[in-house]
Amino acid sequence: MQSILAIFKREFMGYFRSPVGYVFLIVFLVSTIGLTWFLGGFFDTNDASMARFYTFLPWIFLFLVPAVGMRLWAEEKKSGTWELLFTLPISVTQAVFGKFLAGWAFISVGILLTFSMPMTVAYLGDPDWGPVFSGYLGGILMAGAFLSICSLTSSLTENQVISFVLSVVICLILVLLGWSVFSDLMLAAHFPVWLVDGLSNFSFITHFNPMVRGLVTLRDMLFFVSLGAFCLFVNVLTLER
Amino acid sequence: MIEVENLVKDFGSIRAVDHITFELKKGDILGFLGPNGAGKSTTMKMITGFLQPTLGTARVGGHDIQQEPIAAKKLFGYLPENGPLYQEMTPLEFLGFIADMRGINNRVDREKNIRRVMEICHLENVRHQPIETLSKGYRQRVGMAHAILHDPQCLIMDEPTDGLDPNQKQEVRRLISSMASDKAILLSTHILDEVESMCNRIIIIAEGSIIADESPDDLRRRHPRFNAVELLLNNEDPQTIRESLRRLDKVGEVIEEEEKLIAVPINGEDINALLFETARSENWPVVGMNKSSVRLEEVFRDLTQI
Repeated sequence: MQSILAIFKREFMGYFRSPVGYVFLIVFLVSTIGLTWFLGGFFDTNDASMARFYTFLPWIFLFLVPAVGMRLWAEEKKSGTWELLFTLPISVTQAVFGKFLAGWAFISVGILLTFSMPMTVAYLGDPDWGPVFSGYLGGILMAGAFLSICSLTSSLTENQVISFVLSVVICLILVLLGWSVFSDLMLAAHFPVWLVDGLSNFSFITHFNPMVRGLVTLRDMLFFVSLGAFCLFVNVLTLER
Repeated sequence: MIEVENLVKDFGSIRAVDHITFELKKGDILGFLGPNGAGKSTTMKMITGFLQPTLGTARVGGHDIQQEPIAAKKLFGYLPENGPLYQEMTPLEFLGFIADMRGINNRVDREKNIRRVMEICHLENVRHQPIETLSKGYRQRVGMAHAILHDPQCLIMDEPTDGLDPNQKQEVRRLISSMASDKAILLSTHILDEVESMCNRIIIIAEGSIIADESPDDLRRRHPRFNAVELLLNNEDPQTIRESLRRLDKVGEVIEEEEKLIAVPINGEDINALLFETARSENWPVVGMNKSSVRLEEVFRDLTQI
């Protein structure tokens, strides 16, 4: 526990030791809020809810979470510091967890910093707070699942660009599978309904959308948690040489 | 302290390390020598648990690095090749992180240990500067400081003086020697002067196997001119001297080089006194006598050039 905490602390503070962390936070805040207002037509909906904001979240995560996750292991491998890390008295599992939790906490800070959005909604209207909170919970869980994929791809290479591209591709597939436009396309191409439904079960969007509507089920939460656990488990295996 | 048993490492079809076995006790400073690519670093990486051996194992303080990695890793400090460090941290932050990782939580212990290694490695002046802005010498010292932070019983260092200037090299050697008495130290290098000045034991490996494991003195004994004596002549004909040298039982080969004769003893015996006596009694026209220089480098070359 102690070593997980030590790695967490180093890694989390690490985001703020370089400009990368600040750039991420600014881009994240500008894109989430900007897209909601300008592309999402926040005012036109005439609806005091965060639905528009949440619609864009998986798509923004698609690019920004790999940007946070790509360095997790690739950088350690490139600079050789993983030799330092893995000759200290800690297990690979502890190291993987510590790093993952730090990245997750960092992204969560970004997500929570969008608090101005619900406050604006509350100022303009009278939102139902249930979906607002469950959406945030879903967003944070989804970010964790995204990040676990990035952590895994990052451990496969010492090149951060490869790691980034690889994780964007995997995450893109997992987002697309549940996107209604994509499902309609598959159905139009005469894919059987059971297959399209089955595949969409593996999508982030399929499990995120109920939470946006205020429906928190164990099934959806388990999806994110088990996906995360599975990726981190494989992550540990790839690092144990 | 460190026991290495039949370590083997294959990378694909290439055998990088081939059945290496040795033991290291407290007080030993073992120099690990070998040409580049001989398997020094790979062996060290297996001892420290960074690489999994194909066969065999290593134990540190009785703990098997494969079975009980955490217990074993607590006992040694390791300085990897090229001293990788978290560049964006300052030495103070970095050492704090290492203290956390080593479970040195107690505030007093923590500060005491960090202060101690900063003093030993002369890092006080740069403690707040990001490591990436430091010179190579300072970075190496930060690496050294991290390795000795928990005052380990064993110290494993992969080319600790590589890339340093002569003064820094000297400084690092002094540092290592000063810690020798109560630790077991394993260091690799390809600088022979270094092992000669620091180590009390040398292992030479080539193509993954140990080809010599002995003290520097024993290694020197392998030199074809060990204990040979050079007689400096003054434009004299060396014929008479050569003949009387041949009559001496202890002298084997006599080599003639420009303006000197080199008498090589049989079995590496010390023939200095004998030759001095003979020279005096037979009135040899020599202007000087000295021992042939025996450089480990030449022994190393002979052993590793197969």
